[in-house]
Amino acid sequence: MSEEQEVVTVVKAPVYLKYNFTAGAAPARFLAQIKKGVLTGQRCPKCSAVYVPPRGSCGGCGVATEEEVVLSNKATVQSFTIVYIPIPNNPIQPPYIIANVVPDGANVSFIHLMSECVNEDVHIGARVEAVWKPKEEWGFAMDNIRYYRPIDEPNVPVDQIGKLSVNGQEG
Amino acid sequence: MSQPEVLNQAFELGYTYTRSTGPVIGRFLTELRNRNIVGIKASDGRVVVPPMEYDPNTAEELSEFVDVGQQGEIVSFAWVKEPREAHPMDVPFAWAMIKLDGADVPMIHCVAAPSEDAIATGARVQVVWADETIGYITDIRCFELV
Ligand SMILES: [Zn+2]
Repeated sequence: MSEEQEVVTVVKAPVYLKYNFTAGAAPARFLAQIKKGVLTGQRCPKCSAVYVPPRGSCGGCGVATEEEVVLSNKATVQSFTIVYIPIPNNPIQPPYIIANVVPDGANVSFIHLMSECVNEDVHIGARVEAVWKPKEEWGFAMDNIRYYRPIDEPNVPVDQIGKLSVNGQEG
Repeated sequence: MSQPEVLNQAFELGYTYTRSTGPVIGRFLTELRNRNIVGIKASDGRVVVPPMEYDPNTAEELSEFVDVGQQGEIVSFAWVKEPREAHPMDVPFAWAMIKLDGADVPMIHCVAAPSEDAIATGARVQVVWADETIGYITDIRCFELV
């Protein structure tokens, strides 16, 4: 029987890494606020930079950050990429946009999904807002924000991205 | 500022690799599936198991496959008192360098033994085949003391 079988040319050699992730104090507070539908950052007492998600310290100054600031649902696209290749087990069908967005009131960006947009029209400096899941579905997770979508506001000049106050372009 | 609750989450990162064996290891695994072990003859006449594609001395391509025995001798070993999840056995066992009869270099595999005292350098062992062979190194389930 075995003589009939094909010659072995490949072997399956999967590697599984099992983690238990502990959020730590600052991200835990951030996630507790996310669960309530509020996006918060932390301000550095020395340089005033606002970090989101907060890590509990300012990388630039090397000091602990404690002051918490509520951020806007509005944000600016700092950079983005259009994803064309499907990712295994990811329900989102390509092409779709992954963007670095800076919420108004923060000085750093985080990565999130964009939707309700024409991919070709998305650009650096574009104004967007968070679209939250229904309240019943909120958990300790960043995907309480389902995605960001474009809003009808003037572009933010490149040198102003990441410098808007929580009041956005008005403030 | 109130103390937040500690948030934990388990997650698994999986790399689902499939690796190409190349023709020589492919032949070795194909033979394992047939419950046969092959080595390859090097330029100095030594039989190398598992077979390698290129000569260890001259780097020339090797092609002369040689059947080796299903028994051999333990050259060295390490006793595993507390097997881990990824280990091939869930009871204490040994990793051993085993020189199969007809081979000139040892190959590593696991040895089932009732206790650490039962195993020794120089002990004779023989292959225990898996119930179902698929063309993988675990087709040799383990070696057992003769
Ligand atoms: Zn700082």
